[in-house]
Amino acid sequence: MKLDPQSYAKMVRRAAPPSALGQNLARAFVIGGGICLLGEALRTLYARHFAPDMAGTLTSVTLIALSAAATVPGWYQKLAVRAGAGTLVPITGFANSVVSAAIEFKAEGWVSGVGAHIFQIAGPVLAYGTLASWVWGLLYWALGRTG
Amino acid sequence: MNFLWAFLVGGALCAAGQLLIDLTPLTPARILTGYVVAGVVLSAVGLYGPLADFAGAGASVPLLGFGHLLAQGVQKAVAEQGLPGIFTGGLTAAAGGITASLVFGILAALIGRSKDQN
Repeated sequence: MKLDPQSYAKMVRRAAPPSALGQNLARAFVIGGGICLLGEALRTLYARHFAPDMAGTLTSVTLIALSAAATVPGWYQKLAVRAGAGTLVPITGFANSVVSAAIEFKAEGWVSGVGAHIFQIAGPVLAYGTLASWVWGLLYWALGRTG
Repeated sequence: MNFLWAFLVGGALCAAGQLLIDLTPLTPARILTGYVVAGVVLSAVGLYGPLADFAGAGASVPLLGFGHLLAQGVQKAVAEQGLPGIFTGGLTAAAGGITASLVFGILAALIGRSKDQN
C-alpha cells in the first residue's frame, strides 16, 4: 500500500491517543467545576441563615477547611496531579498552597520555618491583589470626585 | 439552574487556567497572582459583578473571585469613608479567607508531617 504524506498524517491522527491538552482541559473543567458546585451548595445553605456577604465568607472558610483537611493526608495533592488547574484556580488551591507550605517548613521551626514560609505562594497573590485593590480604590475615589 | 451555571462557569474558569499551564511557561504562583489581579481589574471595569450574580460560587470560588472581593471591598470602604478607605477595604473583605487559611495552615502543620508531594 502506497502512502502519500497527507494520508499518512491522517492515519497517525486517527491512531494517536486523544491529545493530552484535551484531556487536561476536560479534567480541569470537571474537577474545578465540581469544587465550585460544592461552593454553590454551601453558599445556598449559608444564605438561609446569614446575609449574602457573610454567606460568601463562610463558603470560602468551609472550602478552605476542607482543603486543609484534604492536604494533611496528601489527598489534595493526589487529586491535583490529575486536575491541574481544576484544583489550583479555586480558593481551595490557594488554601492548599498555604497549608502545604506550613507543613513543609515545620522542620525549620515555628517562626523562621512555618511563620516565614506559610505565604510562600499565597504572599505574592495577597501582595499584588492588595496593591491592585488599593489602586482601584484610589481611581474609584478620583472618579467619584470628578464624575 | 444556579447549580448548573456554578458548575459550568467555574469549570470554564479552571479550564482557562489549564490552558495557561499547558500552553505558556507560567508557574502556578504566577497564574494565581495573575488571576487575583485580573479579578480586581475585571471587577473594576464592571464585568465581574454581573458574572458573580449569575454564576454564584462558579465566579466567587475561583481566585478571580478573590480579586472581585478585594475590588468590591475597597469600593464599599471608599463609598462609606472616603479616601482612607483605600487602605482598609480590600483586606477587610478578604479577611475571612486569609484568616481561615492561616489558622488551618498552622493547625495542619501541628498535626501533619512533610512527605513526598506525590
